[in-house]
Amino acid sequence: MIEARGLTKRYGKTLAVNDLSFTVQPGRVTGFLGPNGAGKSTTMRMMLGLDNPTAGVALIDGKHYRELHHPLRQIGALLDAKWVHPNRSAYAHLRWMAVSNKIPTRRVDEVLDLVGLTAVAKKRAGGFSLGMSQRLGIAGALLGDPGILLFDEPVNGLDPEGILWIRKFMHRLADEGRTVLVSSHLLSEMSLTAQELVVIGRGRLIAQRSTEDFIHAATENTVKVRSPQVSKLRDALAGTNAAMRDDADALIVSGVDAAQIGEIAAANQVVLHELSPQRGSLEEAFMQLTGDSVEYRTELAESVDQMVDVNR
Amino acid sequence: MTLLAVERIKLFSTRSPWWCMALALGLMVGFAGLVSASASNPGQVSVPVSQFGFSFALAVILVLATLSVTTEYRFNTIKTTFQAVPSRTSALLAKTIVVAFTAGVLGLVAAFGSLGIASLIQPNADMALNSEADWRQIAGTGLVTLFAAVVAVSVGILIRQTAGAVSILLAYSLVAENLVQLIPSVGADIHKWLPFNVAYRFLTGNPERAVDFQGPGSSTSTLPPWAALAYFAGFSVVMLVIAIVVAKRRDA
Repeated sequence: MIEARGLTKRYGKTLAVNDLSFTVQPGRVTGFLGPNGAGKSTTMRMMLGLDNPTAGVALIDGKHYRELHHPLRQIGALLDAKWVHPNRSAYAHLRWMAVSNKIPTRRVDEVLDLVGLTAVAKKRAGGFSLGMSQRLGIAGALLGDPGILLFDEPVNGLDPEGILWIRKFMHRLADEGRTVLVSSHLLSEMSLTAQELVVIGRGRLIAQRSTEDFIHAATENTVKVRSPQVSKLRDALAGTNAAMRDDADALIVSGVDAAQIGEIAAANQVVLHELSPQRGSLEEAFMQLTGDSVEYRTELAESVDQMVDVNR
Repeated sequence: MTLLAVERIKLFSTRSPWWCMALALGLMVGFAGLVSASASNPGQVSVPVSQFGFSFALAVILVLATLSVTTEYRFNTIKTTFQAVPSRTSALLAKTIVVAFTAGVLGLVAAFGSLGIASLIQPNADMALNSEADWRQIAGTGLVTLFAAVVAVSVGILIRQTAGAVSILLAYSLVAENLVQLIPSVGADIHKWLPFNVAYRFLTGNPERAVDFQGPGSSTSTLPPWAALAYFAGFSVVMLVIAIVVAKRRDA
C-alpha cells in the first residue's frame, strides 16, 4: 500500500504538489491521472525518496522510503526509461541493481526473459529503441519481485503493440495482488488500464474513486430533442424521471433514453424535428474536471473548452 | 561490502574509465620513456626524473574520478542508485572508496611503470630506491592519486555536470594554484598552503635534494612530507563531507 499524507512540494514560488492525500490499494491498477505539469512525476519522486517533500509524507507499507531495508524488493519503479547509462549493457545495468539489494543474479536473467530482452542483454542500452528501453525499465522495476510498483507514463511514445503489452502486464501484476500505480495524462488510456483513479490537477487532488464511477459521473448520456412544440413535450416528460435543460433551440434531456422520448412524443402527438442521443467523451469529462487546473493553458485549450460547452 | 561491489560493477561496466586508465598510464610511462631516451648521459636520469609525467597522469585521474560521478548525474543513474540504496551517505561513500582505490592502484602502477621504463632505457642510470625519499616519490604516488580522486569525486557530486566539474578541477590544479603566487606580498604565503602544492611536497620533499629539485612536481610548501600528505588527505575528507551533506539535502 502507498499512502500520501498532505504531500507538498514547492520549487521557489511554484507549488508543484499541494497538500495531496490519497492511498493506493493492492490488488488493482490505480491510475494516477492529471494533465501535464499537474505534479504526477514530482509526487512519484517524493514517494521514492528522491525529492524531499516541503511538507507531508509518503509512506510505503507504513514506512518512509529511506527506512526500507532492501527497497527494490518492496517497491519497484519505472519513472523514466532513459535513466540508464547508454554505454552499459542491459545485463550490467540490472546486475548492479540486483547486487545492491542482495537479489540473486539469476533473477536478472529471469526478468530479462520476462520482458523479452534476453537476446540483447549484452548490448549497450544506449542503442535501444524507446520500446526496448521501456522494457528494460520494467525489468528493473520487477527485479526485486516487489509488492508495489510505480510506473510514470509507461505508454508514452510506444506503438500500439507496446501499449497493449504494458496494459496486459499491469493487469497481471495487479491480479497477483500487487499494488500498481500508473500515471498518465490520458483518461482514455486509463479507462482501459486502471480500475481505480486518483485524479490531480495543479498539484491538488480532484477525485479518487473507481474508474467506472468516475467515467459514469463525468460523462452523462443525454438526448438532444428539437421540436416546434417544446412546451408540450416538456409537460409530457415532466411526468417521467427525465431532467431537462434548454440549449439554444433544443432541449437536452437526461434520465430517459431516445426510444422512450420518441414514444412519449408519439403518445402525446408532439412533432419532433430532431431526436439524437449525445454521448459525452472521456476527454470532455477530463477537461471539465481539470479544466481550471491545467498549468500551461493555451488559447487552443480554451477554444476546445468552448467547443465542448457548445456541444453540451 | 555489497555497496563496494555495486560501485565496482558500475565503474567497470562502461568504457570511459578504461580509456582514462590507459591514457593515464600511457602518458606517465610514455613521458618517462621520452625523457630517459632523450637524456645525453645516464647521469641525467634519476628517480625523480622518471616521474616527469606525473602531473599529466594526475590530470587524467582527476577526470576519471569526476566522470564516475558526473555521468551518473548526466544519465540520471544516480536516481536509480538512490532508489536502490536510500542512504545517500553509504552510496556515495562506497563510490568514493572504489574510485579512490582504483586511482591509488593506477597511480602506483604508473609510478613503478615509469621507473621501470626509465631503467630499461638507461640501464646505467642510478634508479635504485635507496632512500626513504626515493620510496616516497614512487610508492607515495598511489597515496596522492587516491586522495586526489576523493577531491575529484567530491567536486563531481557538488557540480554534477561533467564540463563544469572537470574544468574547475583541471584549471585549479594545473593553473590556478600557481597563479596565486602572482598576488603581491601574500601570494607566495597562500600558495604554500594550497592543497595540490602541498601534495607535491609529499612526493618531492626531500631535505637533502629540496634545493636542487626543479621541474614538474616541485613544491613551495615547507611542511614535513608526511604532514603534507596528512594535510592533503584532510582537505580531501573535508571536501567529501561537504559534498555528501549537500547531496543529502538536495533533490536527486
